[in-house]
Amino acid sequence: MMSSIVVTDSILAIDIGSVTTRAALFDVVGSRYRFMAAGTAPTTASPPFSDVREGVNRAIYRLQEITGRLLLGSDGGLLIPSQPDGTGLDKLVVTLSAGANIRVVAVGLLENVSLESARNLASTTYATVTETISINDRRKQDERIDAILRARPDLIIVAGGIDGGAEQSVHKLLEAVGLACYLLPRSQRPQVLYAGNSAIQEAVESAIAPITDLHMAPNIRPSIPVEQLTPAQAQLTKIFKTIRSQEMYGVMDFDQWAEGRILPSSTAFGRIIRFLSHIYDPKKGVLGIDIGASAVTVAAALKGELTLRVFPQLGLGDAIHQILNYMPIEQISRWLPEDIANDDVRNYLYNKSIYPASLPATREELFIEQAVARQMLRLTTQKTMSTLPPAFKSAGQNILPWVEPILASGSVISHAPTPGQSLLMLLDGLQPAGVTTIVIDQNDLLASLGAAAEANSLLAVQVLESHAFLNLGTVIAPVGIARKGTPILRVRATFENGTETKHEIKFGSIEVIPLPQGQNAQLHLQPLHRFDVGMGGPGRGGRVNVVGGTLGIVIDARGRPIQLPTDLDRRREAMQRWLWTLGN
Amino acid sequence: MLAPVVHITPLTKIRRHRELPFPGNIIVRQGQKVEARDVIAEAQLEPEHILLDIARSLHVSLEKADDLIQRAAGEFVTKDDLIAGPAGITQRVVRAPRSGRIVVAGDGQVLMEVNTPPYELHAGIPGTITDLIPDRGAVIETTGALVQGVWGNGRAEFGLMQTKLDSPDSHLTRDMLDVSLRGAIVLGGYCDDPQVLQKAAEIPLRGLIFVSMHTAMIPHAQKAQFPVLVLEGFGFHPLNAIGYNVLVTNNGREIALNAESVNHYKGIRPEIVIPLDAGNDLHDMSLAVEDFSPGQKVRIIKAPYIGKTGSITTLSQEPLKFPSGIRALGAYITLADDEQVKVPLANLEKVI
Repeated sequence: MMSSIVVTDSILAIDIGSVTTRAALFDVVGSRYRFMAAGTAPTTASPPFSDVREGVNRAIYRLQEITGRLLLGSDGGLLIPSQPDGTGLDKLVVTLSAGANIRVVAVGLLENVSLESARNLASTTYATVTETISINDRRKQDERIDAILRARPDLIIVAGGIDGGAEQSVHKLLEAVGLACYLLPRSQRPQVLYAGNSAIQEAVESAIAPITDLHMAPNIRPSIPVEQLTPAQAQLTKIFKTIRSQEMYGVMDFDQWAEGRILPSSTAFGRIIRFLSHIYDPKKGVLGIDIGASAVTVAAALKGELTLRVFPQLGLGDAIHQILNYMPIEQISRWLPEDIANDDVRNYLYNKSIYPASLPATREELFIEQAVARQMLRLTTQKTMSTLPPAFKSAGQNILPWVEPILASGSVISHAPTPGQSLLMLLDGLQPAGVTTIVIDQNDLLASLGAAAEANSLLAVQVLESHAFLNLGTVIAPVGIARKGTPILRVRATFENGTETKHEIKFGSIEVIPLPQGQNAQLHLQPLHRFDVGMGGPGRGGRVNVVGGTLGIVIDARGRPIQLPTDLDRRREAMQRWLWTLGN
Repeated sequence: MLAPVVHITPLTKIRRHRELPFPGNIIVRQGQKVEARDVIAEAQLEPEHILLDIARSLHVSLEKADDLIQRAAGEFVTKDDLIAGPAGITQRVVRAPRSGRIVVAGDGQVLMEVNTPPYELHAGIPGTITDLIPDRGAVIETTGALVQGVWGNGRAEFGLMQTKLDSPDSHLTRDMLDVSLRGAIVLGGYCDDPQVLQKAAEIPLRGLIFVSMHTAMIPHAQKAQFPVLVLEGFGFHPLNAIGYNVLVTNNGREIALNAESVNHYKGIRPEIVIPLDAGNDLHDMSLAVEDFSPGQKVRIIKAPYIGKTGSITTLSQEPLKFPSGIRALGAYITLADDEQVKVPLANLEKVI
């Protein structure tokens, strides 16, 4: 897709992560927006600085060194707007994921209806639900009040009653919320977000607003079968900003400089995925996954409808060991291509949680970290898949829906030693189905582009089309199960120069058809034994045009879900073979 | 690149912020000398309330109930004190079910806060209160040796340190603990036996310091009623040479063992403070900020050199390639035995 320039604003995008702060500069080169460079520095939200501005300044200084472009004035402030001599910038956007998880008390009428929606709303940002209250929980009113007080929430989400439904019960829950807030010192009172029965908004306003900051959003569960989180997410973004401004020095300054364009990184990440879903194949969704230090974010969008899930209890930083709360250690160690004891894996996880910014310097540590990443990808996408709307089609239960493309962010993937390692982590963790393109956010730009898209949508499109992102290649993953070695797919590839190659793909293998970056090919796919490549049903094939990438065309014929060999030696041998096939 | 700092030092000025997790009352004053076990602030962390439905209890309307409430917000009551009534022919009344304070009265209801034991914040180290933090706590200043660790079970104690560390790489086993250690804080090597914790509780010890610990010990250590602190990490690791010297030379002294849980956002890590008299010319280094530079003393925090200390010889200007295949800014370190090793900057902390 080609797009022409209409505005020429340069944009500085700051992303304040829990470990690293990045400053990325975007500007016009030859009539198109380009990613110029990025500077990074450790985030300084914690002591001795306890002020995010220091980390941001260091990242910008580094960016100045790289680009030779002056962005900071002699007073230390940003040079806005840009000057004819090439110094300065025009707009600033800021994304933020640093900070402790927001503590949320979720309140709803029914456990499996509005309370579930309140929980789902909390899961769209960096929040942990520490207490839930509903009419099902049978606690007395004073016990509910104490439960709220003990939870010490930053935010209470109240989502009670379908529109036109129960009012009295919602009032009863709100009474507990109001009294609990009242009992706290004013400076300690949580924010309250009401997203319940719209009919009683006025009554809620008069009961809660005099006590604490009240935010109103349309009902997130207007009827039993309908959940609408998007309008409330906008309020949640505002609340996130308020809470972070109160607890983290410097955030308020950036919000002013960015003219209010400071966003949670996960929200910005979701925004760019939604944006892309308008551009790509309307029959398939777009999937984005960011596996960061403080959280894993999964965003899936189809024709502009976004499903966003943030998993702050996971991530490869200080919460890395918490993955053991979700699965036995054998689930992680099964992905290790070498003999590493479970005790060593456990030690690695706990030691990494102590030093979240540390890097795996040995092969063994790298294998462990990549094995954890695989399981985090698997766990978070499985959890997200269960919340996707029915418009996302898949080849079966627990099979990733047909998506095009998949965008992956996070240093464990984007800074893996080889592209083959990056791809194999994604193939093993996500287990994509059918035909899809895998794109790596090698410069960690997706969240920044999501934030910039509001100010300048053209910039987002043009940067995405540039070489700032690494196209690893096209993946073809037939869905089905067969005996190892059984032919399951015939592929005829016709290249731009007219040459043609034919391939018979056997179950259990990964095959690569080289197709360099930027070159096109037409593939004719003929699945066998009713394998499904997403071309209309099991056994159905057809033609598909593909673009080359770093690894060309990769056919993952290991079936879905992947069944690893149970024999330890054979499993390790298979893993090493797959890595070798992908050029490791 | 900014150098994270670990404090392992034989003598320094130490300033520590001691804060309640929740607003409460401060019960010390600026300039006051405190001992480690002194309470400096307290708060209601586990509040308990009782909501009395006056209207329902007295079988009257809300408006009428408000007229019958005999107590106002802020009033203290003891058990069985009259709260509301009398009402009706039978002269129904509502009495306080427990002692406490009326916090809200109206709309036919009374909300009482009942008396529960407050959470007490201890000084943790002996020293002088130099500043008060409104509603939260105080800043305490002292001088002494300081050794920071990597993991703690959230508890704190003060007592005599007895070392069971023959060498930096020794193990602590249950047969090394006996009643002669009663009331002491024991410094041991690597530990992988949960029964060590059980024996420590039986003796009882006042605290345990492990050089390193098996991860299977974590749930047991978290349940221990005394502080447990880990200095180097999980899995077997010897104690770094600097820490070994500081701790072994202070064997038999009283120490403040603060096994706080690590909090990256608040910059909190578990630590051992050994109060020592010193002159006034020491500087507080807790907020020292520096970039990595040649000559700095550093500790390596990851394999394959985890726990080793040395000094930076050179810093790379371009990313270096490491055995894992990753590329990152790094440094060449000269270890104590003159061995030269290459380490990512992300895997170093500066020793002060």
